[in-house]
Amino acid sequence: MTDPVLALNGVTKSFGPIEILHGVDFALHPGEVHALIGENGAGKSTTMKILAGYLDPTGGQVTWQGKPVAFKGSDQAEDLGIIMIHQEFNLADHLSVDQNVFLGRELRRGLMLDHKAMRAQTAELLGQLQCRVDPGMPVNRISVPDKQMVEIAKALSRKARVLIMDEPTAVLTERETEVLFAQIERLRGEGVAILYTSHKLGEVKRIADRVTVLRDGTMVRSDLTADVSEDDMAAAMVGRELSDLFPQKTFQAAEPILEAQGITVPGVVHDASLTLHRGEVLGIGGLVGSGRTELAEAIAGLRPRSGTVRLKGQDLPGNDVAQAMRAGLVYLTEDRKGAGLLLDKSLRENLTLGQLDRFGSPLIDRKREETALDTAISDFAIRAPDRDMAVGDLSGGNQQKLLLAKTLLSDPQVVIIDEPTRGIDIGTKQQIYALIARLATEGRSIIVISSEMPELIGLASRVVVMHAGRIAGELVQGAVTEGNIVRLAMGMDGHEKDSAA
Amino acid sequence: MSMATTAPTRRPRVNLAMIAPVVALVVLVLIGMALNPNFLSYANITNVLARSAFIGIIAIGMTFVITAGGLDLSVGSMAAFVAGLMILVMNLLTDSMGGGLPVILLGVALALFAGLAAGFVNGILITRAGIEAFILTLGTMGIYRSLVTWLADGGTLSLGYEMRELYRPVYYGGILGISWPIIVFAVLAILGEITMRHTAFGRHCAAIGSNERVARYSSVAVLRVRLMTYVLLGTLVGIAVVMYVPRLGSASATTGLLWELEAIAAVIIGGTLLKGGFGRVWGTVVGVLILSLIGNLLNLTDFVSPYLNGAIQGVVIILAVVLQRNTGAAR
Ligand SMILES: Nc1ncnc2c1ncn2[C@@H]1O[C@H](COP(=O)(O)OP(=O)(O)OP(=O)(O)O)[C@@H](O)[C@H]1O
Ligand SMILES: [Mg+2]
Repeated sequence: MTDPVLALNGVTKSFGPIEILHGVDFALHPGEVHALIGENGAGKSTTMKILAGYLDPTGGQVTWQGKPVAFKGSDQAEDLGIIMIHQEFNLADHLSVDQNVFLGRELRRGLMLDHKAMRAQTAELLGQLQCRVDPGMPVNRISVPDKQMVEIAKALSRKARVLIMDEPTAVLTERETEVLFAQIERLRGEGVAILYTSHKLGEVKRIADRVTVLRDGTMVRSDLTADVSEDDMAAAMVGRELSDLFPQKTFQAAEPILEAQGITVPGVVHDASLTLHRGEVLGIGGLVGSGRTELAEAIAGLRPRSGTVRLKGQDLPGNDVAQAMRAGLVYLTEDRKGAGLLLDKSLRENLTLGQLDRFGSPLIDRKREETALDTAISDFAIRAPDRDMAVGDLSGGNQQKLLLAKTLLSDPQVVIIDEPTRGIDIGTKQQIYALIARLATEGRSIIVISSEMPELIGLASRVVVMHAGRIAGELVQGAVTEGNIVRLAMGMDGHEKDSAA
Repeated sequence: MSMATTAPTRRPRVNLAMIAPVVALVVLVLIGMALNPNFLSYANITNVLARSAFIGIIAIGMTFVITAGGLDLSVGSMAAFVAGLMILVMNLLTDSMGGGLPVILLGVALALFAGLAAGFVNGILITRAGIEAFILTLGTMGIYRSLVTWLADGGTLSLGYEMRELYRPVYYGGILGISWPIIVFAVLAILGEITMRHTAFGRHCAAIGSNERVARYSSVAVLRVRLMTYVLLGTLVGIAVVMYVPRLGSASATTGLLWELEAIAAVIIGGTLLKGGFGRVWGTVVGVLILSLIGNLLNLTDFVSPYLNGAIQGVVIILAVVLQRNTGAAR
């Protein structure tokens, strides 16, 4: 085996008085895809940031080609060819796609920027990634998965010797994931060392050569991927055997609670109708960009729309979130950082933001808020080293759990959850699935939007599939299969409806 | 659900940016005491406080506007315009009603209403017409300034002698030896601090300034809260004018000149983030005191020319912003 390019020896990391990593040993080899897995908050992102020079280790050593190094910031690591794609986007929102790709390394012709060349190269990189986004588009106007593709394009545009990717596929659909994997395989062939993390263990099994498991800041095992099964990985991550991922479906026919008729959002959703019954878990499938999120936001009063939405027989006005929330309908956004949480505020302030009137008027009762936070922390197993920390310092998965807690705080009758388990570890995933099932048995109704097929199939008794802004079809019970969903999502046999009932 | 949970503990946090304004204030007071024994005299202190009350009252409102991610450059001219309008109307009323307390009460009501209305106009144009706050209030700043000049016909509007005598105690009088402007400033500051920290309105302001989209998705009435911050500021400008007019009994084109800058500076020195998302009223009060103490110290001593007042205040403002940038993050 080749010598490692980049390695950690006994690395520890503390934030303030709290130690997060307890002596991590770890080596990356050229031409090897190494997966780092672990529960939310286990320290994966922290480990990666230390490798890429974004954080200094508190103790231990980082070695580059066998020699100890102490990076003075990520720039120095980048000069050596260590490139990292972060879990959260690092894009300048108002700049265009190509400006982002070349940010800090702009191409020049003489004294002037060479806009044409940058645009052409960006187009070529995006082409390699089969991403159809316009390089001149400002980043704040492109979709979440496209942003991720831009991040990947940005990383590919640098001459990487070590490529570190923190949950690159969390926001990608399967098709885009395939495209990314093709690029990873190409880079592996070129001798690039690749470190990668994902909560999708199937992917890890497929793409990684070696897998290292981190639990609570300690390395628990490191094996060749060929030698471990997905179940082994999951058990090593959570420290116990995991039972079935999906709970039993219990839905029995009941009266409709939510009826959306002829919803149109100009340019993105056309004449979409759906009905949700009491106690039902309804899935919405479809490719990213098919209008799922926009439909959900229109129903939840977050976008201007035409068409009617009736909740328990009562009409909900368009573009009025507060009214929808009061009536008992809430939407959990897929864009955690942009629309879900205030990253610079504490857990408590985030949790109660949408429901402050329930915590006392005119003065907010701090004690009640703290109690609510206690409940949320235990109900959703939120791991926060410090209760007063800024939400932006929580690990990604724990942010997601807090967002769930925040959304459910209003005790809604109807919950629309967009990508419920994005970036969540397998143990917690199981808990969130159980929670969704429990909400349904309590008589609440849930719409789950997901790009993960197993999630739709495992949770929903009925799935509506969208294609290009329209409802392409509906699948019920036995007909809810991966093949059927994909066919509808791709716009094939759009006339099929209720193939089994 | 049952699951392993870490039990997070709370630990106190001392943040440099958090206490820096207080430290600066204490240092200023110590310097003042060392340089001039009269500095801590009752007369000097009440004088400083009473003079800073106008800017202070306005700065309280500005704290909310800036916390919610807005800005208002028009408050100085707005104050001049409201003062001019108030004097003009009071003089007219004196002619028709023959003066007395009712005229003063009507004048006060008018000033409060005019301030509220002016704030409403700013707010509605910013929130509904979607005009950038900086540009819009730059515009209204010019408009109000020009209106007061026009009202005064280029000169000075003065309150009639009789009215002036009757109204005087509102600035010069007080209880227990504390003058009214100081009392009003103190009460408003306390109310402001409570509003910012303990009410939904204050929380919503910070949320909007921190990330407007998150606030909207959390069903916060973003436009209404924003509008309310400008209305609140306008009303406080009205209150400041009510306290200010009895002091000189006149208004002119130079009334309230640069008040907007002093108010914004006080807010920023106090630790409120200029880009919004975090604000504290008590910090603003400290900021106001720092700015007026600098001026006062320069007047009391002859080390540095009082003409350099602006320069020193400028340095303090720049330092405050640098400090903010280097500490930042969560509170
Ligand atoms: N700047 C910080 N200050 C305080 N605590 C921090 C900071 N950054 C990370 N942490 C804490 O360190 C722990 C590890 O975080 P890290 O982001 O590495 O987890 P992760 O394994 O990437 O989890 P996830 O799967 O959720 O992304 C978490 O408990 C997190 O809250
Ligand atoms: Mg992470």
